[in-house]
Amino acid sequence: MELALTIITGFMVIGAIYAIHAKDLLSAVIACGIVGYGLVICFLLLKAPDLAIVQIVVDTMSLIIMVTVVLNTSREEPYYGLDSRGRTLAVAALALIIALLYYFVISTGHLDAFGESHLRMSEAYMNGAAEKTGSANLVTGVVFDFRGYDTLGEATVLVTAVLGVIAILRLKGKK
Amino acid sequence: MKGMTTIVKKTTQILAGIIFLYGAYVVIHGHLTPGGGFAGGVIMAGAFILVTLAFGGGFLNLKKEETGSTATENIAVLIVIILSLVGLFLGAKVFFLNFLPRGTVGELVSAGVLPLYNIFVGIEVTSSIFILFLALVIFKEEDT
Amino acid sequence: MIPYWMCFALFLVGLYGVITRRNLVKIAISLSIMEVSTFLFFALMGYIEGGKFPIVDPAEPGQLYVDPLPQALVLTAIVIGLATTSLLMAVIIRIYRKYKTFDIREIRNLRG
Repeated sequence: MELALTIITGFMVIGAIYAIHAKDLLSAVIACGIVGYGLVICFLLLKAPDLAIVQIVVDTMSLIIMVTVVLNTSREEPYYGLDSRGRTLAVAALALIIALLYYFVISTGHLDAFGESHLRMSEAYMNGAAEKTGSANLVTGVVFDFRGYDTLGEATVLVTAVLGVIAILRLKGKK
Repeated sequence: MKGMTTIVKKTTQILAGIIFLYGAYVVIHGHLTPGGGFAGGVIMAGAFILVTLAFGGGFLNLKKEETGSTATENIAVLIVIILSLVGLFLGAKVFFLNFLPRGTVGELVSAGVLPLYNIFVGIEVTSSIFILFLALVIFKEEDT
Repeated sequence: MIPYWMCFALFLVGLYGVITRRNLVKIAISLSIMEVSTFLFFALMGYIEGGKFPIVDPAEPGQLYVDPLPQALVLTAIVIGLATTSLLMAVIIRIYRKYKTFDIREIRNLRG
């Protein structure tokens, strides 16, 4: 279980590194697809079928949108070389990464070991949750009943993002 | 955007309806099986996007589609807010109160208002993702 | 512990891309990679060895289930991720039409 997860996340890291360093933008976008579809397999292994269904469709659609944008503009990324400013940025990024790594090593001591997480908050949600909400799917019960505020907020964010896209992209019709 | 070849069009005619039905199934059974409003809505939007990609922009009246789905999306969000407010004004003063009878766990008509929330959130997600796609297509056609 | 480490490595790769790349599309890709690592971390936190899918079967009570709370948080965030990626892409395509380049430094110089 842990081995399978390690192999798949390793593939995801390799795909991400290739996506950042590719010369052609189209292949960078497709390498980004490796990361998304790897996440689908991880969700299936982690016993989360709801998330797997959503992620596999959403990833396909975001690939379609990114490929549409790339094919309508320019594809190739010229090689810029490493000037002094780029070198400064790379050094700053490495310093930030080392600092984050330090905090991660500290905080892993407080995490539960993999596969043995203790139920703290969700203890109250899970004790007789099916009888409290009447829903056999516990995730739906949490999304729409116990945490309805969250869902309403996310729906509002979705509407706002759609209105923003329409306002940015429309050319005509403003006569 | 031009349409694709005859083979793609014929296959799309057969498949799009089945994909849409599967999405509706996932939405309606959201409280019994994996899925729910978000998953099923995304699948239904996939059916619409498949039709638009296969038949091209000239076949469908895209402007009209965009206006219609914007209206649908806003009405669906409004209904979700109204459902949560009804819970606030009935009995206990709790936002998002489950005010319908819950029934027995595992049947299709159970869980009070959760299936209603599932259906309206599904409609909202479908129309908003379809608009996101249409906006890019219309932009491309107007620009060139 | 190794899956947590790989998940964190994915986050760091995305962070490196956001800071050092000059191309706008590459920056958008790096942001989506960081998003993916966050989703994976939430799903890893809720996993319990030997737990079942979080769907109650009324015939067999008293089972051990995987924690449903992180899954519920991630479920809505995935759809929001698609919407924000599209918004980013809309801004990028608009910038390209105006300045004819993806390079952020040239755009900054042109504004001048």
